[in-house]
Amino acid sequence: MKRRSLWSWIVLVLAILYFGLPLLGTVDFSMKMRRGVYSLDAYWAVLGDPRFQATFLYSVVMACMTIVVGVLLVVPTAYWVRLKLPRWRPVIEFITMLPLVIPAIVIVFGYIRLYNTSSWLPLTGSALGTDALLTLGYTTLALPYMYRAVDTGLRTIDVATLTEAAESLGAGWITVMWRVILPNVLVAVLSGAFLTFAIVIGEFTMAALLNRPAFGPYLQLVGANRAYEPAALAVIAFAITWICMGLIQLVTRLQKHTMRV
Amino acid sequence: MTTAITPAEAGAAAPARRSARVSFAWLGIVPFMAFALLFLIVPTLQIVIGAFRDQDGAFTFANVLHLFQPSILSAYWISIRISVASALLGCVAGFFIAAAVSIGNLPRWMRGPVMTFSGVASNFAGVPLAFAFLATFGRLGLVTVLLRDWFGVNIYAMGFNILSFSGLTLTYLFFQIPLMVLIVTPAIDGLKREWREAAVILGASTPQYWRMVALPILWPTLLGTFALLFANAFGAVATAFALTGSSLSIVPILLFAQIRGDVLQDPHLGYALALGMIVLTGIANGIYIVTRSRAERWIK
Amino acid sequence: MAFLELSGVRKDFELVRVVRDFNLDVERGEFISFLGPSGCGKTTTLRMVAGFETPTAGEIRIAGRDVVGLKPNQRNIGMVFQSYALFPNMTVAQNVAFGLKVAGKPRAEIDARVAQMLGIIKLPQLADRYPFQLSGGQQQRVALARALAVQPQVLLLDEPLSALDAKIRVSLREEIRAIQKALGITTIYVTHDQEEALSMSDRIVVMHEGRVDQIGTPFEIYNTPATSFVASFVGTLNRIEGIIADPSAGTVRVGARDVAVASPLGARRAGEQVSLALRPEAVTLAPRPGQDVAIEARIVEVAFLGSVIRVRADIGGATITLDTFNSPASPPPRIGDAVTLHLSSSDWVVLAD
Repeated sequence: MKRRSLWSWIVLVLAILYFGLPLLGTVDFSMKMRRGVYSLDAYWAVLGDPRFQATFLYSVVMACMTIVVGVLLVVPTAYWVRLKLPRWRPVIEFITMLPLVIPAIVIVFGYIRLYNTSSWLPLTGSALGTDALLTLGYTTLALPYMYRAVDTGLRTIDVATLTEAAESLGAGWITVMWRVILPNVLVAVLSGAFLTFAIVIGEFTMAALLNRPAFGPYLQLVGANRAYEPAALAVIAFAITWICMGLIQLVTRLQKHTMRV
Repeated sequence: MTTAITPAEAGAAAPARRSARVSFAWLGIVPFMAFALLFLIVPTLQIVIGAFRDQDGAFTFANVLHLFQPSILSAYWISIRISVASALLGCVAGFFIAAAVSIGNLPRWMRGPVMTFSGVASNFAGVPLAFAFLATFGRLGLVTVLLRDWFGVNIYAMGFNILSFSGLTLTYLFFQIPLMVLIVTPAIDGLKREWREAAVILGASTPQYWRMVALPILWPTLLGTFALLFANAFGAVATAFALTGSSLSIVPILLFAQIRGDVLQDPHLGYALALGMIVLTGIANGIYIVTRSRAERWIK
Repeated sequence: MAFLELSGVRKDFELVRVVRDFNLDVERGEFISFLGPSGCGKTTTLRMVAGFETPTAGEIRIAGRDVVGLKPNQRNIGMVFQSYALFPNMTVAQNVAFGLKVAGKPRAEIDARVAQMLGIIKLPQLADRYPFQLSGGQQQRVALARALAVQPQVLLLDEPLSALDAKIRVSLREEIRAIQKALGITTIYVTHDQEEALSMSDRIVVMHEGRVDQIGTPFEIYNTPATSFVASFVGTLNRIEGIIADPSAGTVRVGARDVAVASPLGARRAGEQVSLALRPEAVTLAPRPGQDVAIEARIVEVAFLGSVIRVRADIGGATITLDTFNSPASPPPRIGDAVTLHLSSSDWVVLAD
């Protein structure tokens, strides 16, 4: 028994070293901008950079748009498939898993060929069109996570009974979605949303190849040209990821709490 | 003449009648299908088909055959090596962490933080991860400097370089290991205590139990997760690009450069390059899905 | 000297004593059941015999050898679990062969033994199936074959039938008992089902809150329960509170009347509270030879259970449940009927608390 916990501790210490040192190293490096003393200079430099503010804001907006599109696309579909088309479930599930199989760089390569200025749908011809294309691209990236979260959420409630109950009370189907189904899968939707946010906010490949002024390409640019600011940006990015995961934990725990009461 | 209908027949007839009545139900998934076609399937098919077409749109194998030139083959080879190495090491390290958390007699409260951290770290890929490892294992990084000043070990003199195969593998492990932990911990939890007890009471030692019972049961999960990690590493662009720029010629970076500026002097070779990525990650994910369903059948 | 001896065995988990002062001698080839509700310590005792738990105090001897210091894989014990615990990655034949394989037996011997065991459990045709392709009853038979293949000194069964359907439970328990008798293997069977324990066992150990309440044959356990717990846990029972009327004459006041009780009342004095037990099948509505007690009563409830009709009758201050056999010739009694209950004064059991 004691030997069994000894090796566990060794494994854990090694893991903490491997995962802790890069975080420590990054924090340490980010505060070394001023020679000889620890300072937050790199952070002030980053936060004061107008391009940081612009690209970060752009990516936040893109993330929010992606979440909205994703929810509008996934929730009704997952609901409808569970309620009326159970036979289609394997097909839909397979499609939602495709973005894990097809690398993002390939998908965006296809966009560039398919929606260029000389094509039938020249989305890349205008900034607004490219933004729309990027949003839809991000939606595909988030699709596996969003669909899985929502479908799991729907599994825990009895979709058919809830729908029949609402319809017997005279509710139309938009009312059913908005007032009955969505509140019941809210935690699942929020989990998917936070995960989407974490993925989109620093995404590099799609934004770079579609030439949009997003946070990911900005990070790369700073990394190529500056010494200490990248470390500060990495700390900020890690904090954002951590906050998103923390929020997922929080809403999941809140739900458990309310369900118990 | 009247025909008696058994309850089973009646039951079988009812759903058929209902589905005939609401045969427009498929309309409900039209938006999703349209989205998937336009922004997922057709763009990919475009690339796949393009890989088999020449400049004039005629069918050809030339693009695929052009992949077999030394510079591209070496890019595939180093990509595969990095993906295999980071997937393999990620599987082994992740397995031990998962085992420590699941059956290693650690205090129970430690499980939650480990799983939460795994969720964070498995999503902490991309450009910031490259920065973190540059700040730690770069020439002026914390670990590099500490090893040099405290222990007199100069890892760069020993051949290590963060901008190389070993450096990239070390960096990828930061999201590979947590992904393994997330997937394999539930599988290890699924090993029933009774299996161990049944094996032991039949005379098996602990190594025998692991070799003959536990590892074979976990094998589909392990193999499948390895495939998933392979695909995960193979498709990663941002970390590698931010870390090495274009100094390390791996497939995703080559493709990235090709899309941006047609470095291969042949746009259709880019399609073939992408096709190779789809095939490799497709095979890996296929293995993952097949082995996964097999594992679920057993554990159930 | 008994084949399997437990003496003064005790087990504490943290501050809770889950098994206290357990003493038992099991003869070679005997079938012993540990019977009791969940949490009574029966499974913990079994797991101490197996070696999965270490006793806090006491000795466990198998064939005269103290096994407390031995690991489970050194004890040569067979065990069958409630959840079957078949290895899902192995076929039926590979499961049965497992113990022989880790023992390093030659291939030919393993194959012969596996075939023999599959013959004993009557599933030779399923040798190449995987556990997930078998029904629960089939899985448990394979688990039994796996446990017996290594020719263990002792066979332990931990609620092996609890996860199965009622019908399979009955047929499988007969099969287990037949195999056990044929092989003459010393067996401990843990169950919370009194019917299983009564029908299968040579002797039963009734456990309650970590204590042994009674050890005896099924006949003794059922007819002369030693404690009120045993009486209430095993079978259906009338339990009646009375006051001793005359210790020397052996009469107890129940409600408004005195009834004769043949069991010795011991050192109790008149006016003391006493608990009496009475099996429903001991009471009849028509007199039978040898019955020396007659009580006037009124029917308050009639339940038709098929072969048996369960009747509840009020005797003034207490209700007695009795079972009569169904007979198509005579209709069952009706509620409100005035009847006379007949029983023998020796049917009363005085319960120790």
